[in-house]
Amino acid sequence: MRAFDQAVLPHLDAAYNLARWLTRNNQDAEDVTQEACLRAFKYWKGFSGRDSRSWLLAIVRNTFYSWLRQRSDQPVLTEDGEMDDTAGSSPDPESALIRNVDRNMLRAALEDLAVEFREAIVLREMEGLSYKEIADIAGIPIGTVMSRLARARKQLQIYLAKTASENCL
Amino acid sequence: MTCKETRDLLNAYVDGELDSAGSLAVETHMGGCASCLGEVESLHALASAIENGSLRFKAPVHLKRKVQGTIRAANPPARSSFFDWRWASVLASLVLVVAVTWTVTTHWTKSAEETLLVNDIVSSHVRSMMANHVTDVASSNSHTVKPWFSGKLDYSPPTKDFTEQGYRLIGGRLDYLDNRPVAALVYQRSQHFINLFVWPSNDSATAKEEQLARQGYNLIHWNQSGMTYWLVSELNLPELEECARLLKQ
Repeated sequence: MRAFDQAVLPHLDAAYNLARWLTRNNQDAEDVTQEACLRAFKYWKGFSGRDSRSWLLAIVRNTFYSWLRQRSDQPVLTEDGEMDDTAGSSPDPESALIRNVDRNMLRAALEDLAVEFREAIVLREMEGLSYKEIADIAGIPIGTVMSRLARARKQLQIYLAKTASENCL
Repeated sequence: MTCKETRDLLNAYVDGELDSAGSLAVETHMGGCASCLGEVESLHALASAIENGSLRFKAPVHLKRKVQGTIRAANPPARSSFFDWRWASVLASLVLVVAVTWTVTTHWTKSAEETLLVNDIVSSHVRSMMANHVTDVASSNSHTVKPWFSGKLDYSPPTKDFTEQGYRLIGGRLDYLDNRPVAALVYQRSQHFINLFVWPSNDSATAKEEQLARQGYNLIHWNQSGMTYWLVSELNLPELEECARLLKQ
């Protein structure tokens, strides 16, 4: 149990952060994190011990999806191919000004993303994980990680550019 | 590379996921393509906005306590507060099963933990030889070595010298084992080095001496007066045993 505490609890922030971004809600994030830690404890003996953060994040993710399935019978994942990319054209040159966008806007833009895009961005930009690590956690091919990130970023750019121009009017 | 081909790679480029040939191809294309260059700048800007936006959520303090509580609750000691003759036999067999499982599990966990520790000890020994960093404080005078450790450790390791018996104390070193800083004392016997790791332990279960061999190194382990001792060396076992005997006196 001590070994478990030492391997897993240091990553509680990472686990909570992922859960919080997936659920978009404090209380749900706490529930998911707690359930995930309990699951992690149950699977602990079977853990080979290579990277406990990725391992825990994968459990958080799975816990989240089963939590989501429980509360709604609707299908969770949208197909990657279904994403509406028509508004995409090419990002206007002003999108480089994104660096000036405020934090609330960025938060809203991220929360607006479809869940599989959101998790890709969180794992990549906040946890700094490689494509390979993200692919392992999400159980998808590396190519899919790359295309999800590309689509997610495109949508963020569009959202931010749109909000920025609305604010200017 | 065309613009289209480059576009498909820009995210991987920004994320540092392209091999050097791929990165070079993207950079070469960007040299003559303002549009792709602009896109890369925009991706960088987005990444740094997310990074600098303090968007990460920190787990609340009470959650950590709650999680620990849940785990403790999921791992309760076997106990029953009522007694009823009808259930006695059922309970007895249950307790037996639990006890056996518990014993086996704790033994298993303990031996797994010990295997890890033994590997760490051997690695520490090998590293101290390889890195030419056998000692932090070089002295055969225990009055020099002992004070050196105070302030660095929350206990005082024994620092006896056995030059007369052929085991010369050549110094001490701070090491890290079993999730804590520990004292490493270094003895020399002819051209062989011996590392002695000492740290406080309340583990009285293994009062008797243990001998192991790993990767061509001999290890001797014992507990004495609230301290746990690990000797490791490429020295042959009888001579290492002699060293252990001297230390135990």
